[in-house]
Amino acid sequence: MPHIFCTGCGNGTVINCTLNAVVEMGWEIDDTIFISGIGCSSRAPGYVATDSLHTTHGRALAFATGVKMAKPDFNVVVFTGDGDLSAIGGNHFIHACRRNIDITVVCMNNMIYGMTGGQGSPCTPSGAFSTTTPYGASEPVFDLAELAVAAGANYVARWTTYHVKELTKAIKAGMETPGLSFIESVTQCPTSFGRRNKQRQPSDMIDHMKTHTILLSKKKRLEEAGQKVPDDYFAVGEFARRNRPVMGVKNK
Amino acid sequence: MSRIEFMQGNIACAEGALAAGCTFFGGYPITPSTEVAEHMAKEMPGLGRTFIQMEDEIASISSLIGASWTGAKTMTATSGPGFSLMMENIGYAVMTETPLVIVNIQRGGPSTGQPTMSAQGDMMQCRFGSHGDFSIIALTPSTVQEMYELTVKAFNLSERFRCPVFVMSDETIGHMRERVIIPDSVETEYRKPPEIGKLPFEADSTLIPGFPVFGQGHRVHVTGLTHNEKGYPDTNDHETHEKLVKRLVWKVESKRHEIADYDIENTSSEIVFLTYGPATRTVRQIIKDRPDLNIGHINLRIVWPFPEEVLSKFKSAKVFIIPEMNLGQIAREVGRHTNVPIHSLPKIGGEMHNPKELIHAVEEYL
Ligand SMILES: Cc1ncc(C[n+]2csc(CCOP(=O)(O)OP(=O)(O)O)c2C)c(N)n1
Ligand code: SF4
Repeated sequence: MPHIFCTGCGNGTVINCTLNAVVEMGWEIDDTIFISGIGCSSRAPGYVATDSLHTTHGRALAFATGVKMAKPDFNVVVFTGDGDLSAIGGNHFIHACRRNIDITVVCMNNMIYGMTGGQGSPCTPSGAFSTTTPYGASEPVFDLAELAVAAGANYVARWTTYHVKELTKAIKAGMETPGLSFIESVTQCPTSFGRRNKQRQPSDMIDHMKTHTILLSKKKRLEEAGQKVPDDYFAVGEFARRNRPVMGVKNK
Repeated sequence: MSRIEFMQGNIACAEGALAAGCTFFGGYPITPSTEVAEHMAKEMPGLGRTFIQMEDEIASISSLIGASWTGAKTMTATSGPGFSLMMENIGYAVMTETPLVIVNIQRGGPSTGQPTMSAQGDMMQCRFGSHGDFSIIALTPSTVQEMYELTVKAFNLSERFRCPVFVMSDETIGHMRERVIIPDSVETEYRKPPEIGKLPFEADSTLIPGFPVFGQGHRVHVTGLTHNEKGYPDTNDHETHEKLVKRLVWKVESKRHEIADYDIENTSSEIVFLTYGPATRTVRQIIKDRPDLNIGHINLRIVWPFPEEVLSKFKSAKVFIIPEMNLGQIAREVGRHTNVPIHSLPKIGGEMHNPKELIHAVEEYL
């Protein structure tokens, strides 16, 4: 199928994992709606044969809230990017988590604005180069998973495009959990991120994910034992699975 | 049968929406529109319909668009600053041909301006505020009765034309209480389903494609990008873009005579008032009080698309006097369509025109 993604882009992997989870859930195509904002990652719904909404930058969760509240019988899945979700869409993100509305949000966090050519995002790691951080990013980074937990989402997990099996399982677990499920996938963007940050090859970026991730449970254990986890490591795993009151659940 | 009530304009708006079959209301509080949302919050759940207070106006209109694609009839109510926030997604609704109703109970601007005072300062914004070329429909009630009726009409027009429709009212009418006749039922229009064999965004001779409601197996992709008739992005082909945007504009503009809704009085007059909203009331008063002035009057219930043909009905007109609660937004539009001199009578600050001001303007021409 012709698509807009660059060679080696991680978005295809995340779409694949999500669709596998949908298949495992046995969801009817006609009852499953994909919604996205704007960005490379947000082009995903265009490649899925369901009803879908490719909306405006940052607003996917607000559109999704309308769909789900008007039609709780639908399974609603949102694809979004780190910029789309946490910069322009940050307020909708917090409130969708607070409402704990019954949708599944899959965020492709490539740590950069891909579609507009590699500007810094709220998730650009400290020191990383982008077209708007030519001297290295200096602002603190948003931890999207922690943010979702704090704001009230019922299911929160983070994996990477290296962790294909775990990612698929997490998305499915999210779909099974009533309320808002937030699954973040750290995703390689060789074109806009790797090229400027000594990870020109897609495999360089995937290797980096493999070697710089630590299981959340292990990280907590280390921290409890007073040991320091290196700053450039990030935690993957399940951040929350709970049963807060939800909105927009199916009328059974 | 019908019932008679003494009702506030904003409540009449909400009641009109309920009667028209509004099943989804998403909103964010702002003076002087809040009573619309409050009344919907009270009434919708009992009717099995959805009310949601979103986190801001951008979220509100987003939720409407999402809900509309599930087949819901949707409305939000706001005022100037909230309306400004909605502009990007108003364009999205135009581009994706999503029916929805936006009520703007206008207050004094720019910026936060005069929250509790009346104005008509958003008339040009509603027409041209979103980016790109497009056409919309805007209704302007001048009584509480019309607030009810035009809200119903707004729903019907949005369903029929698949575009955002605005009820451009103001604090005066929104907060005024008047006698309203509420009919038992109202005429309602529903969007037409897609024709078999047609692509999701392929229009027939009406220029309006059938609406592929989500969940019915159409598997339609909806995008704000320039799209082909299948609904898929096609952003680099100038022909696709031109064809799409011209159709979106023309589906409304080509029906302007059908959409037009106005009253006219004394078409042989030389001095003609053109009004919409509160000033309509003042002109009606002076026509009653001063028959000797022999005044003509056009009251517009729909300003966009502008019903230019109404002007030529006044063959002896020597002047069109246009009192507005802004600095002459529609006066300029009138000037585009006639060689008859225009006398703009702007008034801002919150008060509507009084009879003396209008009579004074007439006397200049006697
Ligand atoms: C209101 C608005 N502002 C800015 C843009 C331009 N824009 C398009 S995509 C994008 C960034 C997307 O970045 P991200 O969400 O991280 O997705 P990615 O492309 O990296 O997958 C921006 C700023 C826009 N379309 N709309
Ligand atoms: S710019 Fe990056 S995120 Fe966008 S398609 Fe290319 S590799 Fe993927």
